Amino acid sequence: MSDAPAVAVADLRVRLDGTLILGGVDLTVARGEWVTIIGPNGAGKSTALRAIGGLLPFEGVVELDGTPVERLHRRDRAKTVATVLQSPVVPPAMRVFDYALLGRTPYIPPLGRESAADLAAVADVLAALDLARFAGRRLDTLSGGERQRVFLARALAQGARTLLLDEPTSALDIGHQQEVLELVDHLRAERDLTVLTTMHDLSTAGEYADRMVLLAAGRVAAAGSPREVLTEAHLAAHYRVRVRVIDGERGPLVVPVRG
Amino acid sequence: MRPAGLRPVWLAGGVLTVLVALLAGLAFGSVSLPPVGVAAELLNLVPGVRLHSGLTEREVAILTQLRLPRVVLGLLVGGMLALAGAAYQGVFRNPLADPQLLGVAAGAGLGVTAVIALRGNAAGGDATAGLPFGVPVAAFAGALIALTLTWLLGAAGGRDRSPATLILAGVAVSAFLGAAQTFLMQRNVDTLREVYSWLLGRLATAGWHDVLMIVPYAAVTSAIVLAQRRELDVLTVGDDEATSLGLHPQRSRYLLIIAASLATAAAVSVSGLIGFVGIIIPHTIRLLGGPSYRSILPLSVLFGGAFLALADLLARTTGGQAEIPIGVVTAFFGAPFFIVVLRTSRSVAP
Repeated sequence: MSDAPAVAVADLRVRLDGTLILGGVDLTVARGEWVTIIGPNGAGKSTALRAIGGLLPFEGVVELDGTPVERLHRRDRAKTVATVLQSPVVPPAMRVFDYALLGRTPYIPPLGRESAADLAAVADVLAALDLARFAGRRLDTLSGGERQRVFLARALAQGARTLLLDEPTSALDIGHQQEVLELVDHLRAERDLTVLTTMHDLSTAGEYADRMVLLAAGRVAAAGSPREVLTEAHLAAHYRVRVRVIDGERGPLVVPVRG
Repeated sequence: MRPAGLRPVWLAGGVLTVLVALLAGLAFGSVSLPPVGVAAELLNLVPGVRLHSGLTEREVAILTQLRLPRVVLGLLVGGMLALAGAAYQGVFRNPLADPQLLGVAAGAGLGVTAVIALRGNAAGGDATAGLPFGVPVAAFAGALIALTLTWLLGAAGGRDRSPATLILAGVAVSAFLGAAQTFLMQRNVDTLREVYSWLLGRLATAGWHDVLMIVPYAAVTSAIVLAQRRELDVLTVGDDEATSLGLHPQRSRYLLIIAASLATAAAVSVSGLIGFVGIIIPHTIRLLGGPSYRSILPLSVLFGGAFLALADLLARTTGGQAEIPIGVVTAFFGAPFFIVVLRTSRSVAP
C-alpha cells in the first residue's frame, strides 16, 4: 500500500467529558506533504492531532499508511507516527542523550535493552540536529530553542515517517520559530517525512504548509492551499477579527487590523 | 555515549555495602564475635564448605539462630521498603511519595493490628510471635484500601494531583487509619502491649519464621518492579508521551502500585511501621547516580537493605539493656533528611 496517504481521516469525532470536541472531521495528508491545521482557540486542533496520534479515544476512521490505526499494535503505531506535544514534560536531571533514546522505546523489547542500532540511530539524529555537543548535558539546562530541537530529536529517533507536531513553535521567539520550522522542512526533504502540524501564527503557517485545514467549532471550515484558506473572508468569519491578507513571497501574509 | 543505567561500579558498591552490613550485623551486639570467625561460619553455610571458624558452639548458635535471621530480615525489609518508595516516586512522579507518606504503611498496619487483635482474643499470650502466613494478605488489603483513599482524596481538589495534594491526602488517610487502629487496640487491651511494640517497628526475634514468611513476597514484588524499570524511565516524560512511544502507561502504573503495595504490606507485617527508608535511600541514589530507574531500583534494594541492617545494629547496641525500636532510629536520620528533600525537591524530583 505504498501509494496510500500517510494519514487519512474520515468523519473523526471526539468527545471529552461528554462534550463533542470534534464533530466529523475529514483530512488527508499525502506522503511527503506538509499539512497545517489552523483555527481559533478551542476549535479542536490539538484534539484532532492527539486522536490521530493515538492519544485519545475517537469514533470514525483514522488510517496511517493505509492501515486503520486500531489494527496497529501500540509499538507499530509508534514506529509509524511520532508526536511532539505542545509542551512536553522536561524530566529533571535527564541527559539529552537519554531523552532522545526514549524515542527508541518501540524498538526495545519488554525486559530487553537498547541495541547498538538504537544507540547509532540516536547518535545520527543528534548529529543531524546539531545536538551532538549537548548529548551529555541535562535537558533542563538548555534554552527553549535547544529543547525544541531535542524534542524533535526524540521524535526522529522513533524512526517514524510521519511527524505530528502540536504547536511546535509556540514557546519560541520569531528567530527560533523560523529556525525550527526550517529544520523540520529540511528534514522532511532529506528523510522523506510527512508533517502534520497545528499552528497559531497564520503567516508562518502559510509559508511552510503545502496545504492547510481551517477548523472551527470542531469541523472543517476550509481546506486547500494557503492561498485558498487564508482569505480575509474565512478569517473574519471564524476568528472574529478584521485582517488584511497581503501577497507574500512564499504565501499570504495575515495582518490583523483594529476594527 | 553510553545510555543511563546501572553502572557496574555502583552495583559492586551496593553488593559490598550489603556484605559489610551483614558482617557488622552478625559480629556486633551484646556479645561481640570476631568478624573473621563470622565470615568463616557464613561460608560454612554453603554446602560442601567446611572451615574452622574458632567460634564456640554457643557463639555459632547466637550467630545462626539469633543474629543471622534478624540481619537477613533487615536486608529484606529495608530492600523492599526502599524499592517500594522508589516505585511510588516513579509512578506518582512525586519526589515525596513513600509507603508511609501515602498512607500505605498505615493501611497495612491496620490490617495487621486487626489480625493480631482478633487472634490475641482467641489465643492469648504473645500475639505477635510467629504471625500466621496470611498476615501479609491482610496487610496488603489494608494497604490497597489506604492507597485508593489517598488517590481519591488527592483528586478531590481537581483532576490535577499535585505532589503536595497527594501527600496531604496521604497524611489525612494515615491519621484516619491510625485512629481506627488505636480504637481497635483499645477495644482489645490484652494485646495492646504486643501491638504497640510491633507498631514502633522492630525486626522480630521469631527466628527464621518471619524470613520465610516474606521471602516469596520479596522475590515476586522485586521481580515485577525491576522488570518495569525502563517503563518507569519513560513515564517520567508523562503518560501522553509514553503512550505515543508505544507503551501502556496505565497498565504499568497499576502493576507497579500493586507490587509496591504488596512489598510494603509484607515488610510491615513482619517489622511494623519503619519510616523513611523508602524516601532516604532512593533519593540519595538519585542525587549521586542520576535519575534513571534502571539504576535507582536495583540499587535501592541493595542500599535499602544495608541501611536497615545497620540501623538495626545501632538500635540494639546503643540503647543499653533495652533495645531502641528501629523505627526510632530510621526516623532520627530520616526526618532531617526529609526536610532537605523538601527544600531541594525541585532539583531531585523523579
